[in-house]
Amino acid sequence: MLPAEAGDVDRLRRLLLKAATAGASAGVMVAGDLLQPSAVLAADWNRAAFTATGLSEAIRAAGASGSSASGGIVIKTVDIADNGAQVPVEVISNIPDSQSISIFIEKNPMPLAASLTFAGGAQARVRLQVKMAESSRVRVVVRAADGKNYHASREVKVTLGGCGT
Amino acid sequence: MGEAIRIRASLQGELTEIRFLMPHPMETGQRKEAGGGQLIPAHFIQSFSLTANGALLVGGQLNTAISRNPLFSFYARGLKAGDRIAVEWIDSRGDRRRDEVIIAAP
Repeated sequence: MLPAEAGDVDRLRRLLLKAATAGASAGVMVAGDLLQPSAVLAADWNRAAFTATGLSEAIRAAGASGSSASGGIVIKTVDIADNGAQVPVEVISNIPDSQSISIFIEKNPMPLAASLTFAGGAQARVRLQVKMAESSRVRVVVRAADGKNYHASREVKVTLGGCGT
Repeated sequence: MGEAIRIRASLQGELTEIRFLMPHPMETGQRKEAGGGQLIPAHFIQSFSLTANGALLVGGQLNTAISRNPLFSFYARGLKAGDRIAVEWIDSRGDRRRDEVIIAAP
């Protein structure tokens, strides 16, 4: 899955770039930035959580403390990343009524990488790429609708760190 | 501001996969200029939203640890051809960008 994952991302990037220039994507681009920004941007950025330099502080500030380990969280990533600037991570939560997914790269200078909240018909599932400064555990915390937190983690070895990129 | 967000929404029966790429440097603030040694200031997308017909599907808050030109994939139920999928971001300088697509028939 290692090279396939990286290849998939590259292929998707090329596909998206081509689609945008050809105007031939699966959907039709109907508007650019002429539209007024809507008021549905996520709540104000959680500065305390994102700028925290210690893992426990970041977890606390993100409201992700007191979690129990769960096998209902699937983390798909590579075991070894040659390039820490772009490490693919996919998280799928099978915990009922999952409301948010927070991703911590434990050894990064600022551990909290992303926090995603799901509404409407969205599934508690995300695929993204993160920068990793060095080999580290990737820790995922899922919050369920009842306010309970669950976590799972996975180790990723990094050959070349990605924070200076 | 910024380059257009590239959005692809593909109906896959019950589920719709929505993938989008937000062109952005995502500067960490820890990178130095070539030759110089001056730190390049942090400049990164802090929040984004993904909506369907104006209703929120996913709200995201991001840090500098998200790779350059962030690419995301999400899945949602209950969408159909003709629905409007919009993505909007705001970065650490207050710049914004919003783009949308209409889901094509499969």
